[in-house]
Amino acid sequence: MNYNERLSGNEAIAFAMKQIDPDVMAAFPITPSTEIPQYFAQYVADGEVNTEFVPVESEHSSMSACIGAEAAGARAVTATSSCGLALMYEMMYVAASSRLPITLACVNRALTGPININNDHSDSMGIRDAGWIQIYAENNQEAYDNFLQAMPIGEHPDVRLPVMICQDGFITSHALENITLLDTDSVKAFVGEYTPENYLLKKENPLAIGPYDLGCHYMEHKVQQAEAMKNAKARILEVAAEFEKVTGRKYGLFEAYQMEDADLALVLIGSSAGTAKAAVDRLRKEGVRAGLIKLRVFRPFPAEELAEALRHVKALAILDKAESFSAHGGPLFSEVRAALYDLEPRPRTVGYVYGLGGRDVTPDHFRSVYDRLARIAAGGDLGPVYTHMGQRE
Amino acid sequence: MIRRAKDIDELTPWREMTLGGEIYEPATSQYVNTGAWRTNTPVLDTEKCRHCLLCVPFCPDSSLPVKDGRLVGIDYYHCKGCGICAEVCPFGALSVKEGGEP
Amino acid sequence: MERTYHFKHTLEKKERFAPGHRLCAGCGAGIAVRGVLRALKEEDRAVVGNATGCLEVSSFLYPYTAYEDSYIHTAFESAGASLSGVEAAYNALKRKGKVEGTVKFITFGGDGGTYDIGFQSLSGAMERGHDLTYVCYDNEAYMNTGIQRSSSTPRFASATTSPVGTAVPGKGQNKKNLTDIIAAHNVPYVAQTTFIGNFRDLYTKAKKAIYTPGPSFLNVMAPCPRGWEYPTEKLPEICRLAVETCVWPLFEVENGIWRLSYAPKKKLPVEDYLKMQGRFRHMFKPGNEWMIEAVQQSVDENWDKLLNRCNTNL
Repeated sequence: MNYNERLSGNEAIAFAMKQIDPDVMAAFPITPSTEIPQYFAQYVADGEVNTEFVPVESEHSSMSACIGAEAAGARAVTATSSCGLALMYEMMYVAASSRLPITLACVNRALTGPININNDHSDSMGIRDAGWIQIYAENNQEAYDNFLQAMPIGEHPDVRLPVMICQDGFITSHALENITLLDTDSVKAFVGEYTPENYLLKKENPLAIGPYDLGCHYMEHKVQQAEAMKNAKARILEVAAEFEKVTGRKYGLFEAYQMEDADLALVLIGSSAGTAKAAVDRLRKEGVRAGLIKLRVFRPFPAEELAEALRHVKALAILDKAESFSAHGGPLFSEVRAALYDLEPRPRTVGYVYGLGGRDVTPDHFRSVYDRLARIAAGGDLGPVYTHMGQRE
Repeated sequence: MIRRAKDIDELTPWREMTLGGEIYEPATSQYVNTGAWRTNTPVLDTEKCRHCLLCVPFCPDSSLPVKDGRLVGIDYYHCKGCGICAEVCPFGALSVKEGGEP
Repeated sequence: MERTYHFKHTLEKKERFAPGHRLCAGCGAGIAVRGVLRALKEEDRAVVGNATGCLEVSSFLYPYTAYEDSYIHTAFESAGASLSGVEAAYNALKRKGKVEGTVKFITFGGDGGTYDIGFQSLSGAMERGHDLTYVCYDNEAYMNTGIQRSSSTPRFASATTSPVGTAVPGKGQNKKNLTDIIAAHNVPYVAQTTFIGNFRDLYTKAKKAIYTPGPSFLNVMAPCPRGWEYPTEKLPEICRLAVETCVWPLFEVENGIWRLSYAPKKKLPVEDYLKMQGRFRHMFKPGNEWMIEAVQQSVDENWDKLLNRCNTNL
C-alpha cells in the first residue's frame, strides 16, 4: 500500500531504515548525512526499532563495525558523506572483498580541499573502484525507493556485494518533497530476512573471514568479485521488476528522457537531471530533438545498455559533477565514452565538469550545452573535449 | 563445486575456491606440515616424564598433546623445534637434538 | 567462576588454537593466544578477532585457519571496532532468538595494532561498553613489518626505525603505559600478565576478562625471539626476569580497584633482564652505564607508583 508523505531526503532514508529495522547501525556524523543517524537514534530511543545503534568514534570504525556485524550474520547499515566516506576508504574495499552486503546511504558532498559542505559527486566517484554497487537518485522519492531495493540486490547469493545509495547533499537530503512511501509491512515483506549460509555466530560450523592471501590466491578471489559485479546488473533489474509490482514505480539502470528520437543528448547523474529535464522540455517546444539520460546505476556500469540507448544520437555531452583530474575529463565521461567506442557510427562526444562544491547549474547552462551540441551535430568543430562549466573566468 | 580447505592449493581454479577467502571449517591449519621447518628436534624421555604438563602451555604450536592428564608425545608433524619445552621441563625429560628428524 | 586453579584440568579442554600456523618457532604470540582461549568454557563458542600483524598473517593464511572458533580479521587499526560490530550483532540477533548458546568475543592485536594505529578504535570499543575482551600480545615493536619501533618499544631498545647509531642510542622515548590508559577508561577489568610457571596468572586473568560483563583489556607481554634477539628457547627465562625485575609488573584493575598479582621477594636489577637481549646490547658498552641507570630509575618509579595505587585500596 502506497501512502503520501512530505519528507526530506535524509528523513526518507532514515524512515526507510526504520521500516527495514536493520540489526545494527554504526554511524558517525558528517554534514550533510548527520541527520540520518540522528533521526535513527531517536527511533532507537523511543523503542521503535530493534536495532543496536553503535555510536562509533570515526567513519573508519563505522565501516569496521558494519563489517563485523554483517559477517556475524546481521544486517548492518550506515550513512556518511565526503571525508567520512574517504576515511572509510580502506574498509570499503574490505567490505566488498569480504562479500558482505552492507548498505550505506551516501549523501554526496564535495571532498575536502578546501573544505566544502555542498554537493558534488567527488566522494562516491573517488571510491568507485572499491567494488561497491553504486546507485544514484535524482530526488527524495528515488532515494527512498533505491534504499528499499538495496538489500534484495546485495544479499542475493549470486551477488553478495555491499550497496551504496547516493543522493545529492542538501539539494535532496535537506529539501522537503512530496513523496510516496510504502507501508512498513510491505517493506518488510519486500526486503525479507537476511539469511546468509555462513556467518560468525553460526552454531553448526565456524566462519573464518579476512585471510592473508598469497599471490597464488588473491587474483582468483578478485575474479570472483568481478563476476559478482557482473551478476549484479541482472539482479538490479530483477529487483526493480519486483519493486514495480509492489509499488507501481518503475526503475532501470538509467532513465532515458525524451531519448527515442533525440539527436542531441546529455548523460548525467543526480538532481541536476531534474534541472536538465526542464531545459529539454523548453528545447522540445522549440522543435529541437533533445533528450537526456540520467544514469541511476554507476556500478556495475551499464555499458552495453548505454551504447544501445545512445546509438542514434548525433552529438552527446557527458556531464560530471566530479573531477578525476585526468586532465582529460571526469569519471563518467571516461566510462561513457569508452562504452560508445565500438558503435559505428558513434555520437560525437564532449565532456563537462560542473557543479563542484555545490556550484549551481541552471537550465540556461544546459541550454548552452545543447546549443553547442547542435553546432557539433551540424558538422561543426568538436572544440575542446574537456571543459568546466559554471566557474567564473 | 567449491572445494574443502585441504583440497585448495595454488592450482585451484577460481570457481572452486571459497568466495572472498572465507573458510567454513575449523582448524584447517592442521593440514600444514610445519614440522618440516625444524632444524632442531625435541625428544621426550618417557621414563623421566612425570606428566607435570608444565611444558604444555609453553608450546606456541600446540604440539604437546595431552590425554587423561598425561603428555602423550610430541606432534612432530607440527613441532617447529623451538626448544622452549626442554628449557621448561623440571625433570630433564625433554632434550633437544640437532637435525629435523624426530 | 573457578575459585581454585586446577592446572591439569585446564589442559584437558579441547585446544582452540591449532598447530600448523606460520608463527616463528618460539613465538610469544602463539603462547598468548593458546593461553587466553584456554580460559573459555568448553560449552561456549567464541568469535576471535585479529588486527593485522604477525598473528593475523600467520594464523589465517588462506585456506588455513588455526582457529576452532569463528574468526574475523578486517584491517590493522580496526580490531576494536570490528569486534564491536560483531558483539552488537550478537545482541540484536539474540533478542530475535536467532543465536543459540553463548558466544564470547575476544580480539587480539599486537602492540602496533593496539598501542598505535589501533588505539582509537580500542578506546572507542572500551568507552562504548561492549561485552568483549581485547588482548594485546605485546612484543614491543611492529614485528611483522620487520621490527620497527612502536610506542610500546622500551627506551634504548634498538628497532629498525629507532636503530642504535653513533649519534642516537636506540629509542628515545619511554614505553607508553597502555594498561594504565585503558584502566583510566574505567572498564570493569584490566590486567597485565605474561607466561609464568603453570600459567595461573594468565589463565585466571583471561577467565576474568572474558567472563566479566562489559569491556576488558589484557596486556600480555609476548617476547619475540627475532626482534628481541635472544636464543629462542629462553622465552620462559625472559618472562620470568621481566617480572622479577619489575620491568613488567603483574597486576589487575577490577572495578577500579588496583591489585598487585605478584611482588618479587627479591627485586632483581634490570641488567639481568636487559643483558639477555641483543636489542639492548649497546647499553653494556663502557660509557653507556647511564642508560642502564636511567632504565632502572624508570622501572623503580613505575613500580613505586604501582605499589602506591595498589596499597591505597587496602
